[in-house]
Amino acid sequence: MNINVNGEPHEVRAQTLAAVLEELGYGGARVATALNGNFVPAGLRSSQNLREGAELEILAPMQGG
Amino acid sequence: MRFYGTELSSRLMLGTAQYDSPAILADAVRAANAGVVTVSLRREAAGAQAGQAFWSLIRDLGVPVLPNTAGCHGVREAVTTAQMAREVFGTDWIKLEVIGQGDLLQPDVFGLVEATRILTDDGFKVFPYTTEDLVVAERLLRAGAEVLMPWGAPIGSGRGLNNIFGLRALRAHYPDIPMVIDAGIGRPSHASAAFELGFDAVLINTAVAKAGDPVLMAKAFRLACEAGLAGRDADPMEERDMAVPSTPTLGLARGLGGEMI
Repeated sequence: MNINVNGEPHEVRAQTLAAVLEELGYGGARVATALNGNFVPAGLRSSQNLREGAELEILAPMQGG
Repeated sequence: MRFYGTELSSRLMLGTAQYDSPAILADAVRAANAGVVTVSLRREAAGAQAGQAFWSLIRDLGVPVLPNTAGCHGVREAVTTAQMAREVFGTDWIKLEVIGQGDLLQPDVFGLVEATRILTDDGFKVFPYTTEDLVVAERLLRAGAEVLMPWGAPIGSGRGLNNIFGLRALRAHYPDIPMVIDAGIGRPSHASAAFELGFDAVLINTAVAKAGDPVLMAKAFRLACEAGLAGRDADPMEERDMAVPSTPTLGLARGLGGEMI
């Protein structure tokens, strides 16, 4: 399945958001996720399925003013 | 000084961006005795450790964090970013930025009010980055904000307090609402002036991070904040149009050849 991760196209095998994070190498990272513009809490990632063309945002802590 | 019932250890809030190194950032936070540090969220590639390293550094500093929604230009984007920040940083505080104009990074005050209401209803404690506009302030308070963060000048401009009259009016109109001058402070004297005007705290980033010696500048801002606050508490004299001699004139020598005026 082809999805966009942080604006970049990716082909992934996993179906759920939690599994996609593992597949992409984010396992255990302190990140927050949004799918198609909607926040997905960490506790719901394993029950959140992804579809072809999904827009996934993965954000990490960063310096800010 | 309390925000949403939380006592702060100092009235200087410090941004964490633009420092040349994590070590300089950490030293600046300590030299400033910052009561709060601001943080943000950004995209990070898988396997990159920058975000984790940054979070470890901030956690070790032991200073409360205030995540922002910097870079958000719409209500939905800002709300989603706030929700993501709450999970990552483990706080329901959010410095809400909804930017409406790119050149001046001016707040979109209409979107700001709308996002404030949505986030407040969702349990957030919102710190809205706003202008000095009184009517907008009223709408933000009605939307649930209990702290206001008016700009001094555009973000990163270092121009100080652009509209003294407007800021004074805002302060006078809401004497009991905690208010932070959020943006535009460039020099320690600007921070002192903010406290003299009656504001409760200042938030500074670029002025410290981009100083030639950020750690020394952080200390300078700490001292300036303390001086401004103490000066205000000491009840300053009123300005006068004419001079009044400070040295007593009683018994002044009149026979030394000076001209009488």
